[in-house]
Amino acid sequence: MAITRASRHLVQNEPLIFERSAAGKRGYQLPPLDVPAADLTGLGRLRRDQIADFPEVSELEVIRHFTRLSTWNYGVDTGLYPLGSCTMKYNPRVNEQVARLEGLAQGHPLQPEELSQGALRIMHLLSRYLLEITGMDAITLQPAAGAHGEMTGILMIHALLSARGEARHKVLIPDSAHGTNPATAAIAGYQVQNLRSNARGTVDLADLDRVMTDDVAALMLTNPNTLGLFEEDIHRIADLIHERGGLLYMDGANMNALVGRARPGDFGVDVMHLNLHKTFSTPHGGGGPGAGPVAVKSELEPFLPIPVITAGADGRLRADYDRPRTIGRMRSFYGNFGMFVRALAYIMANGCDGLKQTTEDAVLNANYIRRGLEGAYALPYDRPCMHECVFSDQKQQAHGVSTGDIAKRLIDYGFHPYTVSFPLVVRGAMMIEPTESAGRDELDEFIAALRAIAAEAETEPERVKSAPHTTRLSRLDEVSAARQPILRWRR
Amino acid sequence: MRYLPTSDEIRRQMLEAIGAASIDDLFRHIPEYCRLTRPLNIPRGQSEPEILDFFQGAAAECAPGWASFLGAGAYRHFRPSPIDALISRGEWFTAYTPYQAEISQGTLQAIFEFQTMICQLTGMDVANASMYDGSTAMAEAVLMALRISGREGIVVARSAHPQYREVLNTYVTQRGLAAREIGYLPDGTVDLAALEAALGPDTAAVVVQSPNFFGAIENWEAAAAAAHRHGALLIAVIAEPISLGILAPPAAADIVALEAQGLGIPVGFGGPYAGVIATQEKYLRALPGRLAGEARDHEGRRGYVLTLATREQHIRREKATSNICTNQALCALMAAIFMSLYGKDGLRELAEQNLAKTAFAAQAFAAAGLQVLFPSPRFNELVVQLGPGRAEAALPALSRERIVGGFPLRRYYPELDGAVLVCVTETVPRAAIERLVAAYAPAPATADPRELVSAH
Amino acid sequence: MAYPNEYRYTKEHEWIFREGQTGTIGITDYAQRQLGDVVYVELPKVGNAVKKGEAFGTVESVKAVSEIFAPADGTVKEINEKLAGAPELINQDPHQRAWLIKIELAQPAELDALLTAAEYEQFIAETAEH
Repeated sequence: MAITRASRHLVQNEPLIFERSAAGKRGYQLPPLDVPAADLTGLGRLRRDQIADFPEVSELEVIRHFTRLSTWNYGVDTGLYPLGSCTMKYNPRVNEQVARLEGLAQGHPLQPEELSQGALRIMHLLSRYLLEITGMDAITLQPAAGAHGEMTGILMIHALLSARGEARHKVLIPDSAHGTNPATAAIAGYQVQNLRSNARGTVDLADLDRVMTDDVAALMLTNPNTLGLFEEDIHRIADLIHERGGLLYMDGANMNALVGRARPGDFGVDVMHLNLHKTFSTPHGGGGPGAGPVAVKSELEPFLPIPVITAGADGRLRADYDRPRTIGRMRSFYGNFGMFVRALAYIMANGCDGLKQTTEDAVLNANYIRRGLEGAYALPYDRPCMHECVFSDQKQQAHGVSTGDIAKRLIDYGFHPYTVSFPLVVRGAMMIEPTESAGRDELDEFIAALRAIAAEAETEPERVKSAPHTTRLSRLDEVSAARQPILRWRR
Repeated sequence: MRYLPTSDEIRRQMLEAIGAASIDDLFRHIPEYCRLTRPLNIPRGQSEPEILDFFQGAAAECAPGWASFLGAGAYRHFRPSPIDALISRGEWFTAYTPYQAEISQGTLQAIFEFQTMICQLTGMDVANASMYDGSTAMAEAVLMALRISGREGIVVARSAHPQYREVLNTYVTQRGLAAREIGYLPDGTVDLAALEAALGPDTAAVVVQSPNFFGAIENWEAAAAAAHRHGALLIAVIAEPISLGILAPPAAADIVALEAQGLGIPVGFGGPYAGVIATQEKYLRALPGRLAGEARDHEGRRGYVLTLATREQHIRREKATSNICTNQALCALMAAIFMSLYGKDGLRELAEQNLAKTAFAAQAFAAAGLQVLFPSPRFNELVVQLGPGRAEAALPALSRERIVGGFPLRRYYPELDGAVLVCVTETVPRAAIERLVAAYAPAPATADPRELVSAH
Repeated sequence: MAYPNEYRYTKEHEWIFREGQTGTIGITDYAQRQLGDVVYVELPKVGNAVKKGEAFGTVESVKAVSEIFAPADGTVKEINEKLAGAPELINQDPHQRAWLIKIELAQPAELDALLTAAEYEQFIAETAEH
């Protein structure tokens, strides 16, 4: 297949901003001071010398610099971004506009509550909608990201168990889980016990039965899991955990497969986090910021981080700090408020019908890709998937071509690669999540591109192994970068 | 739904192509009792004008256009127009973590520049690509010091941000640890003698913030010397990065935990912001968070990659340096653009303006007969003792003036009941300072605050 | 690459070579090939105790971390300082120049229970089949 979707285009080179710098250039002007100039002598030795090598550039140079850099990126706005488990969906523009309204963008988190009612209302309404979507009882919006939400949830579980007078030391984590799960459990002081997946790619009930002892605080489960498979035995899993005094934590990274179709609160989950930057369309921003609200069942409600937003009988909203059983504070102020604004705008734009349709389209698209690539790539778990599907490079390995090579070659065809080598339970994993934001034409192009690469792997494997061929830079040498790290510019 | 690039007819054809009779077929493997069989109790989808209406209404209730004297870890500085113009490009804000370096060079080079500028500002050798915010950066810095030293004692100045200290406690309580807090002197700085007396052979970290929560400037060198005499690490916390335009960087510290919000990130009701941890070369392997590093491609051209990832959760899982997965790349980008625009001279001039306005405010308060506490050198915040209940009593007068006043310290410092923390950045005009002073000044028995203002 | 006959091996892919009371420890050629390009080595301090079967350091490639387990009890006498600046030695010469640490053996007789070169080669041949 000829590459028709992408072509080469003039791209400007651009040095580091420091290399554009020259003494005396400036990109700012402050208004004249309307008070007497500061007396700096009082500072004495507390005063610094000039900031050595700090940039000196004009405004236009800054604009060109960061515009040129931006053209070396690929975003959702550029095209299909099927990074599995990351849910790279469209980031609506109205979200950006409302987040920049002056009262919201300039408001201070310590403003008196009488001057913050609008912001508190946004948080309160978003909380209500998220509880309706998850079927849970109470929520905190404070955690700054999914992993931060995990930590919040695990600390709350610890607090509840302590209140019950129980000291449990282990957290169970399936081998298909995100790396943040074991890292979170460890940072919260728990021992991690891995749980095997069965031949169907889901939790092995027999293994769970064996390891679920009275020393286990919780099972951290992703549902649907990272293979895109719903844990069909979820009620038996939940019952087993609960019967033996543990709690069920759900990693809600894949909640976009369930919204409007199933609610974790209805299938035994005690605590879960949501990723507003995945399911609820807040932008990924090149790696953040995100937001990771944590929803809980009522038994855990007393342990929520402070403050908790509450409504009085008169409809006035306030931030409640007087919560004696709280786990404390997870982050300064209210959390990533700007993300709450965007997520709420997204939910309002979709409404109940749009949210459900979105879920259905995401699942439909993943299954369409799964069917479209059957035969060309190995499918380790041949079952209907939800929002993502996981193939492997098993067939291409025969020609020395790996999942990483195929991913790089996809770039030449004009697509962002899928997630490479994850989940770990699949050797050579290719994890594809199209989201609902891809139309059928684009899916067809993507399928055709991956099929073409599968053919290339057989006929001209070197072409795949040395990809990408169309980018500004060819493959970068990560080994030398790690052996002799250069982490900052120096003159 | 306007965001979905499909139609019912296309959906039908796609279902046919995959051999499903209906969309319900694709959800059939979800056990019946798990399925939601009613619509979500959320209103119908709304149009853009309706959404704008709602948020404009909410924003109008949040004192837009008012002068603000709130700081306390969230600082209102002027944000030059190129920041939002640039970060609104989809290539920046709709991209994700630069795992695929060849099509993420923009993000990677910007992070590399951000790391460099943070090093230049703080006097450290290396800085990470950013963390959630200043409070979590401080907590992660303490965990880092525990790993490096193998010790368990934590000593924190009580003049460090109270919410940062709360976060630290949440992070370490689980491990059976508690931070020991050290009081402040009448001049507003940490009691270094008491601090040193609290240090011992098991002290891992000494945590000091400067400018501290009261705006007072701490002595980094003395704090570092005290920590190092006991083999502990000094963690320097910086909540107001603009201060580094004029103040000596904490070059003697072992770890710097910095909040970058002041560098062009909106105050925005508390987030998103960007924390950063910077440190010395020798502690690089203990540093949490992402790092961008220089690399060469096959033809020897310079580029950038995420590097030293083996410290991180997706590889080391339960043995990682932190569970953190994201950074705050877009906020770090705002900071990089801000620092590029202001540059070497601009950051200094900006810092000097903050100093000047704050010095002016201090004099105005004193001249009005109010007691300005803590005489040590300060940056852009000061503490004024109004007397118990006065800050609350002044609220109506401040409202009329469209002024958001200072932060009452009683919640976090009961001994400072009646005192407010007032922040004066370059965004506050002199007239607003004078109106604030008038509203807070001891009122003659019958005076209306409006008359007081007009008297100035 | 040949597995020297005078070394002993573990199923975790370390080798140890005894000279008197001193044991020199490294990772095997098989291990370095599994790891790929080594970018960093973390070693214990001189004077630290190491315990048979317990991790004493790590070897890292770009995307993997492997712990190194002590083949015997002992005390660290010397570490290979060259590896800090040149971790690639582990890929180039795992059995000679890229030794990791030397320990004072607590019980030299422990080594007799470890695999011989022939046994180790058979072990990795079997591992590869799975």
